[in-house]
Amino acid sequence: MRLPRRSIGWWAALGHRISGLALAIFLPLHFLALGLALEGAASLDGFLRFAELPLVKVAELGLVMLLSIHLVFGLRVLAIELLPWPTRDGLRLRLVYAGIAAMLVVGIAFGVGIA
Amino acid sequence: MAGATLEVRIWRGGDEGAFCTYEVPARANQTVLDVVTEVQRGFEPSLAYRFSCRVGVCGTCAMTVNGTPRWTCRTHVKRVAADGRLTIEPLRNMKRVKDLTCDMDAFFDKWTRVGVFEGTATRHDPPAAVEPGTPERQAVDAAVQCINCAVCHAACDVVAWDQEYLGPAALNRAWTLVNDVRVADRRGVTLRAMGAGGCHACHSHGACMEHCPVGLSPTASIAGLKRTALGVLLKGR
Amino acid sequence: MGELRLYALQRLTALVMIPLILVHLVLIVYAVQGGLTADAILARTRGSVAWALFYGLFVVAAAIHAPIGLRNVLREWTGLARRPIDRAMLAFGAILLALGLRAVAAVVGGGA
Repeated sequence: MRLPRRSIGWWAALGHRISGLALAIFLPLHFLALGLALEGAASLDGFLRFAELPLVKVAELGLVMLLSIHLVFGLRVLAIELLPWPTRDGLRLRLVYAGIAAMLVVGIAFGVGIA
Repeated sequence: MAGATLEVRIWRGGDEGAFCTYEVPARANQTVLDVVTEVQRGFEPSLAYRFSCRVGVCGTCAMTVNGTPRWTCRTHVKRVAADGRLTIEPLRNMKRVKDLTCDMDAFFDKWTRVGVFEGTATRHDPPAAVEPGTPERQAVDAAVQCINCAVCHAACDVVAWDQEYLGPAALNRAWTLVNDVRVADRRGVTLRAMGAGGCHACHSHGACMEHCPVGLSPTASIAGLKRTALGVLLKGR
Repeated sequence: MGELRLYALQRLTALVMIPLILVHLVLIVYAVQGGLTADAILARTRGSVAWALFYGLFVVAAAIHAPIGLRNVLREWTGLARRPIDRAMLAFGAILLALGLRAVAAVVGGGA
């Protein structure tokens, strides 16, 4: 049995969690790719040329977005937990919108860079 | 709207069971509790359900109505069933006993486990003089009117996911004890509220706050407990 | 390690990583706009104590932060028992630390 109407806090928490999971999967792979530099520039270059592929660029954009999502929703959590509540509703629960806006700005900056 | 009827699905059975459908006349002024009562009196004498005051102060009639936990005596049918269809089940996150009643033992056990009010004064002492304007007393006043209806407990997803989690009601109560200057062992309450199954498991979804019929905010209380816990960690108090 | 300590560590590493992430994001955008070649990147990072400290700190913080978060997800969304989850998360943290520090060494140290 699930709640039919999810609170905005639910969506923020879900976004935070999904982006965190994705980053936890990505991070070891990212470290492995950088470890290629151990074998010298040629190896890393080979990998980076692979990174020129459009599909990979889309994936990179996705990862930057995920990092931004996780960051802004994390900031929201810190605000809720550490700052005192001004009203019963805790206006900070609605920081979600500011978070999404900030995340989009970063994503667009990156996207413009790639294009 | 003469002749209009409601299609009402009601859970029959315990954890195992099924929905039974009843047709109930739609009336101009009708709460969900009215509907359940009409079904029990008119069609299904064996239907089990709970209510007490039926005027929105006791919290006994809390059930799940079209997926949402709420007080049925305070829920007008028109508000939740514009299309004339109602689905009524017991509250989520508690074992079902029969039909619309559930076993609230685990809920009350968590409530008392985190702390009960025990003061330092005896009957021979003068009444405590508690300054109403202090931040501590204001924190208590904002959270103390809880009547254990368990709607927040039913609304909370972490309660659904984690059996050990004390839940919004118990933690909200802990917050009132931690801030009450008359309580003998405030530190003990704090330690239990931040231990296993305690405040750190809350992810601030806010469902408890959104559904509380009394207008309380366990989310705020739990955030307060987290700050208090950090105080314990950093200053050892 | 109690819930309180884990919670505090996770929030602390989050705070530490906020400025690190912002710098990293700016760097990535800058590098991508210029077109990434390995030589260009490595020319900037080789032998740099500053980059070693920056990314070393980033790796340590991430290696603490990620397993604690993942632990919550596993406890709440899977039926796995508590002990195995804790052990798996310790292992995951160790792996992140090892791979991450190796990557930092690769990018900062002298390569082939």
